[in-house]
Amino acid sequence: MDIASTADPVAATGDRLTKISIQGVGKVFGDNIALAKVDLDLAENSFTCLLGPSGCGKSTLLNMIAGFAKPSSGQILVDGKPVTGPGADRGVVFQEYALFPWRTALENVAFGPMLKRRGRAEQREIAMHHLAKVGLAGHEHKYPGNLSGGMKQRVAIARALANDPTVLLMDEPFGALDAQTREVLQEEMLRIWEQDRKTVVFVTHSISEAIFLADRIVVMGTRPGSVKEIVDPDLPHPRERTEREFIALERHLKHLVRAEVQKLGVI
Amino acid sequence: MSTQTGLKARLVAMGAPTLSILIFLGLWLAVSLGNRTVLPVFNPVLLPTPMEVVQSGIDAVRSGDLQRDILASLSRVFQGFILAAIAGVFMGVAVGTWRPLERLVEPMIEILRPIPPLAFLPMMVLWFGIGEMSKIAFITYAAFFPIFTTTLEGIKYVDPLLIRAASSLGASRADMFRHVVLPAALPAIITGLRLGFGLSFFVIVAAEFIAADSGLGYLINDARTFFMVSQMLMGAAVIGIIGFTFNVALRALEARLLRWRSVARA
Ligand SMILES: Nc1ncnc2c1ncn2[C@@H]1O[C@H](COP(=O)(O)OP(=O)(O)OP(=O)(O)O)[C@@H](O)[C@H]1O
Ligand SMILES: [Mg+2]
Repeated sequence: MDIASTADPVAATGDRLTKISIQGVGKVFGDNIALAKVDLDLAENSFTCLLGPSGCGKSTLLNMIAGFAKPSSGQILVDGKPVTGPGADRGVVFQEYALFPWRTALENVAFGPMLKRRGRAEQREIAMHHLAKVGLAGHEHKYPGNLSGGMKQRVAIARALANDPTVLLMDEPFGALDAQTREVLQEEMLRIWEQDRKTVVFVTHSISEAIFLADRIVVMGTRPGSVKEIVDPDLPHPRERTEREFIALERHLKHLVRAEVQKLGVI
Repeated sequence: MSTQTGLKARLVAMGAPTLSILIFLGLWLAVSLGNRTVLPVFNPVLLPTPMEVVQSGIDAVRSGDLQRDILASLSRVFQGFILAAIAGVFMGVAVGTWRPLERLVEPMIEILRPIPPLAFLPMMVLWFGIGEMSKIAFITYAAFFPIFTTTLEGIKYVDPLLIRAASSLGASRADMFRHVVLPAALPAIITGLRLGFGLSFFVIVAAEFIAADSGLGYLINDARTFFMVSQMLMGAAVIGIIGFTFNVALRALEARLLRWRSVARA
């Protein structure tokens, strides 16, 4: 109803264009309110982390931006147009990698260009470029079954990037990785984001991961799922986890998240 | 160094099955000879020695009967199996991708499936006569079910996460089918084909018992009429050897087609 009044993509978020506009979005599963009325504008080329305890609707929100699920109320606009389903403009990286096991690393990354009917040589060239970018040159011909978790996630990121989406949606992409691999990939993720400039929405449980990466942290609360607070860490990159501001912000967010967890009663 | 250990491992791997077969033949020989010499329990005609069975095989090759019967059975199996493969894969894919069809077809299949195909053999002879037709139709019918059901399962239970991944990369419905659903279902389809082939082999003998003048089933039945026990066992052994050979070949083909799986396991 109020589409016309709010659909203007030029409506500024700060001084940047709005890329993703979440307008009064709610989601119910049966009588379970997973998400109640979320309003959120995400600027073009911003890096947003959705942070919050388990069950607060982070994945639900991300899936609706991806077009895998429809909002029960409200709407989501990307570039001013309502999301009606999944599309190549929004790349997705899953926690479980979701690589095609019958395709080699190279063939996985070439999937998007192949769908766009690019020539074989061009597909290969694009895929090689993006594999190199995530540090997997030399592993092109391995099947996912032969790659470590970290390598699989690198392939999945390369596959999303090779399709050249303007939005990159990541649902706990590093959640299954060990602490060292995780930190390395966080650094690489930032490097890639600084080079390619995508609008990133990144779901995480980890407070320090959110502070390390995001220029906007959306802290979500439970019962029902909703936005509790928005924090824009204004720290220069690369961020040091031992710096005073980092630690102060970490403590602040920890309090917020803990309050939400306690609301649930069971840990 | 590594080839040496590889060879050793291969020898060890081959040793166990060889030993198992040798023990089997040894027991057989012991019972057969023991009954004839030391401890007569049953009529010696009932259990020839392995050597006599081999001799009857050699005789059958000399007369050309064995080659003719093997060819006759294999030709029926291949024709029936290929028809079943086409029908089973095609219908499995169609039913798996189109919901309304599934609701229509599934109950029919579920009613027919528990009935042993042999129950329909007399009907097939009635409908298609005693010529090649009835045997091929019978094999097609029997082999259809495993091929159809495993193909259907494979198509239906594709990992939804892969579907999501492909759709967010811009896959259309046709792309999805060709580049995600089919390759994901391929292992199941191949398993179905292997099961179907095994079953074709299984049922051909029965079909040839009833109405045939050639084939390995005929060979066995003919031997029964003339009480040639060695030849009956020889027919069974030949079926075993052929079935085993094809199974090995099909597994090798499977490993090649699904290299990504075997590679991952290594
Ligand atoms: N397909 C579904 N059907 C029914 N309920 C669902 C479905 N998906 C999510 N929910 C419910 O919605 C709520 C939010 O789930 P969601 O997966 O979005 O949480 P999350 O914040 O991503 O949690 P986690 O951190 O554990 O991944 C939960 O209560 C969950 O049980
Ligand atoms: Mg989640």
